[in-house]
Amino acid sequence: MGLRGYGQTMAQAFEQVALALTATVTELDRVAPQQRVDIDCECADPELLLVDWLNALIYEMATRKLLFSRFEITIEGGRLDASAWGEMVNRSRHRPAVEVKGATYTALQVAQQENGDWLAQCIIDV
Amino acid sequence: MSQEYPLQRESEFSWRIDPSGKMRVPGIIYADETLIREMDDKVFEQLCNVASLPGIVQAAYAMPDAHWGYGFPIGGVAAFDPDLGGVVSAGGVGFDISCGVRALRTGLSIEEIEPVKKQLVDALFRQVPVGVGSTGRIHLNDKGMTAMLKGGARWAVEQGFGEPGDLERIEEKGCMAGADPGEVSARARKRQQDEMGTLGSGNHYLEVQRVAEIYDPRIATAFGLRENDAVVFIHCGSRGLGHQIGTEFLKYMVLVASRHGIELPDRELACAPINSELGQAYLGAMRAGINCALANRQIITHLTRQVFADVLPKADLTLIFDVSHNTCKLESHPVAGRQRKLYVHRKGATRAFGPGNPEIPETLRAVGQPVLIGGSMGTESHILAGSEQGAGLSFNSACHGAGRAMSRHRATKLWRGRSVVDELAERGILIRSPSMRGVAEEAPGAYKDVRAVVDAAEKAGLAKKVARMEPRLCIKG
Repeated sequence: MGLRGYGQTMAQAFEQVALALTATVTELDRVAPQQRVDIDCECADPELLLVDWLNALIYEMATRKLLFSRFEITIEGGRLDASAWGEMVNRSRHRPAVEVKGATYTALQVAQQENGDWLAQCIIDV
Repeated sequence: MSQEYPLQRESEFSWRIDPSGKMRVPGIIYADETLIREMDDKVFEQLCNVASLPGIVQAAYAMPDAHWGYGFPIGGVAAFDPDLGGVVSAGGVGFDISCGVRALRTGLSIEEIEPVKKQLVDALFRQVPVGVGSTGRIHLNDKGMTAMLKGGARWAVEQGFGEPGDLERIEEKGCMAGADPGEVSARARKRQQDEMGTLGSGNHYLEVQRVAEIYDPRIATAFGLRENDAVVFIHCGSRGLGHQIGTEFLKYMVLVASRHGIELPDRELACAPINSELGQAYLGAMRAGINCALANRQIITHLTRQVFADVLPKADLTLIFDVSHNTCKLESHPVAGRQRKLYVHRKGATRAFGPGNPEIPETLRAVGQPVLIGGSMGTESHILAGSEQGAGLSFNSACHGAGRAMSRHRATKLWRGRSVVDELAERGILIRSPSMRGVAEEAPGAYKDVRAVVDAAEKAGLAKKVARMEPRLCIKG
C-alpha cells in the first residue's frame, strides 16, 4: 500500500503521510483525537527519517492499540518531534481493515517540488 | 511481456534474463506465457537487483506467483555462499518472518461438517483471535517470551498446546535451531506480548476446506487425503515480533551496507555479510522469529481443536504439515556437481524438498515434502509434493499462493465487502471477518488464478500436484 503526503513544509508532508497511514486502517473521521502520545526520532537523511517516523507510529499503534487522527510535527536539523492524538481501537466502530506491519524503503521519497511544496511518500507492508 | 527486460524462453515454463550490468548471475522465472505476460516489469527489475547481491549462487529465481514486493520480488528465491562474501538480507525475508501455512486433517468428511457449519464458523470466529486490535489469551513475561523464542512449537507443546506428535510434521521438527532471543529487542518483545495465538489481518486466515479433487492418489494416500475430506488450513506468521525484527534490522542493514562495501541497488535489499556481526545477529533474531511463528500456529491449532471438540466431538485434528514461506535457512544443495552449504532466502516461496530428503519426516520421505499453497478465500487451495528435479531447478522451492493481481485500493473500488460475503454464502462458503473493507481488499478477484500458478509450478518441475481444496468456512482479519 502506497502513502503520499504533500505540504508547504517537510513537517506538513510528514503529517499528511501519517494521516494516510491511519486511512489505510479506518476512516479518519471515525477516530477521535482524545489521547496524546509524544514521539521523537532523529536521522540526518530525510527519507530515512520518514521511515523512522512511520515505524515509530506503527509501534505505538500496535503496542497501545491506538489509532491516530491528528498530528503536529516539527523537524529541525534531522530531529523530528511530534505529538499524535487518537483513541483506542474500537473494533465495532472503527472496523479496522488491516494491520500495518512496517514502513518499507520502497518508492521512498522526500523532496521539495518545483512549486516549493514538499512531497513525502513510501510503501507500507500490510 | 516485458519490453524492457530481455527474457529468453528456456523451455515452455522457464524464462531467463542473462546477466548484464551489475548482475552476478542470471535471473530465472518459472511461469507459463500468460503469467509471464501479466507480470509487472518491477518483478524483473527486482530479480535483476537480487542477482547483483554479493555471494549469490547460480541464479536469482522467481516462482510462478511472483509479484512486485519490497526489494525482493514476492515469490523470490536466492541462495548465498558465506565463504564467497554471501549476504543475508532482512528485506529478503520480509516483515512477516516465517509466515506460513499449516494443514490439518479433521478425520471428518465434508458431509459431517455441513449440518453444523454455521455453528462451527461462529465458534471459530469467537475462539481464534483475528483482526486488528485482537489479543490472545496468553500473556508472556520476559522469561516466558525467551523460552518461546528458543523453543518454537516445541515450547508450545510443552505448555500444553497440542501433542508431541504434531512436531514431526513441522519444518525443523517445530524448533528452529540457532535462535538467539538475546538479539530480539525489548520493542519486538513488547509488540508480541499480547499477540500469541492470534491470526492477524490482511491475507491471513483460517479455513475449513473440502478436498475437491485428488491429482495423485499415491501421494494423497501418503498425506492421508481422500476426496470429500474436511481439512483445515491456517495461514499466519510471527505477528508483531517478526514485524519489529524486520523493521529494526532493515534499518541497521541500510545504515551499515556501505561500511561492508555493499552497494545497494535498492535500499529495501539491505543486507549484511553472513560472516559479520550484524549478519549473525540478524540470523539469531530471525530464527527466533521463526520459532515465534511456529509457536503461534501451534497455539492456533490448539484453539481450533478445542472448537472442533465442542462442535464435532468425533473430529480428530492431525497435522498434514506446516511450511513457512518467508525465511532464510542454511541448507545443503548440489551446485555444479558439488554439495554446498548455502543460505537460501525464500520470500513468498515454499521449501519443496523432494523424495528421499532426510529433512522430511520418515513417514513422508518416500513421496516428498507436502507443499501447502493457500489460495484466496472463495477460490481454492492446493497441496503439492516436492519433486526430485526441484533440487536442480530452484534450490527445492515452489510457489506459495495465488499472488495479488491488483492493489488493495483497486479491489475496494471494484467490490464491496458485504456483497463478497453474500455471494460466497450463496455458494455455501461462510466468511466471518471483523472488517468488510478487509474482505473487499481480499476479494477472490483481486488474486491471480491459483490453478494457473500451481499448474506452472508442476509443469516447470518444481513440485507435483497432489490435491485441490475448496473453502467452505473462512475466518479472516
